[in-house]
Amino acid sequence: MTADAFVLADVTLSSRLIMGTGGAPSLRVVDEVLEASGTALCTVAMRRLDAAVQGSILDVIDRRGVRVLPNTAGCRTAREAVRTAELAREALETDWVKLEVVADERTLLPDPVELLDAAQQLVGLGFTVLPYTNDDPVVARRLQQAGCAAVMPLGSPIGTGLGIRNPHNVELIVAEAHVPVILDAGIGTASDAALAMELGCDAVLLASAVTRAHDPVRMARAMAAGVEAGRLARLAGRIPRRHHARASSPTEGMPVL
Amino acid sequence: MTAVIVNGLRQEVTEPATVAVLIEALAGTTRGSAVVVDGAVVPRGQWQTFALRDGQVVELITAVQGG
Repeated sequence: MTADAFVLADVTLSSRLIMGTGGAPSLRVVDEVLEASGTALCTVAMRRLDAAVQGSILDVIDRRGVRVLPNTAGCRTAREAVRTAELAREALETDWVKLEVVADERTLLPDPVELLDAAQQLVGLGFTVLPYTNDDPVVARRLQQAGCAAVMPLGSPIGTGLGIRNPHNVELIVAEAHVPVILDAGIGTASDAALAMELGCDAVLLASAVTRAHDPVRMARAMAAGVEAGRLARLAGRIPRRHHARASSPTEGMPVL
Repeated sequence: MTAVIVNGLRQEVTEPATVAVLIEALAGTTRGSAVVVDGAVVPRGQWQTFALRDGQVVELITAVQGG
């Protein structure tokens, strides 16, 4: 175990970068991206079996030795999300679930009322619930009180690449969290991932920023480096922001010229 | 043969027409699959013994790229 272990629901993960697998053009790219990112946990969605599809995402994930995290993507109600989580538990034999309950297809923003309802039900059913939520500190607090194993606020809407639109709210969520905070959604490039970690997030979850990049493998490496850099900076403690300049060279001993 | 509706399409299942036989035939593996029969999730532990009947509506679910 490293000195800076990332522990999620009593499991120590070797990377603070959690990968979504959506958006990759092929399973081969997923495979390459999983390796390049160094991730230890990646998400999948649950859908109808299509017998015509060759190969399984699970084969790739298993081969890489990465833990699988099923999501409830596409669910609009607590009822749908709970049912999807139950199916995922049967299919993948894990009680971990990335809980997504979105309000509409245009924004894909979480519906906090349905989300909290689903979280409470799933915790009661013994799931390890990792909820994708808005950057609302009060909703994050309620999700923790419901027994969620983490809170996963968005930086900006899914797939937009707009980065972290409300860093202050993310800091507020981090400040009072007693479970890991995972920045989920909206990451566009490596500096966004670094910022999330600098703000105090414990991990970053992203998909599109890598899978839809021009060079997914290179971007996966960039994200891993960004997360690492941001984490180090957070632990190192940044200097306070100042209004005016402060020289770093000595102010005494100036020669008379 | 038992005929059921799987993911909206008619599907014949060889006897014994259990959920396990159906999954093996369509998915080739039980890893990553889940089953709903007439609206109820069938737990993995019951797949070997759960007998399908003609006309039952089955949803066969698996993991795909996502999130």
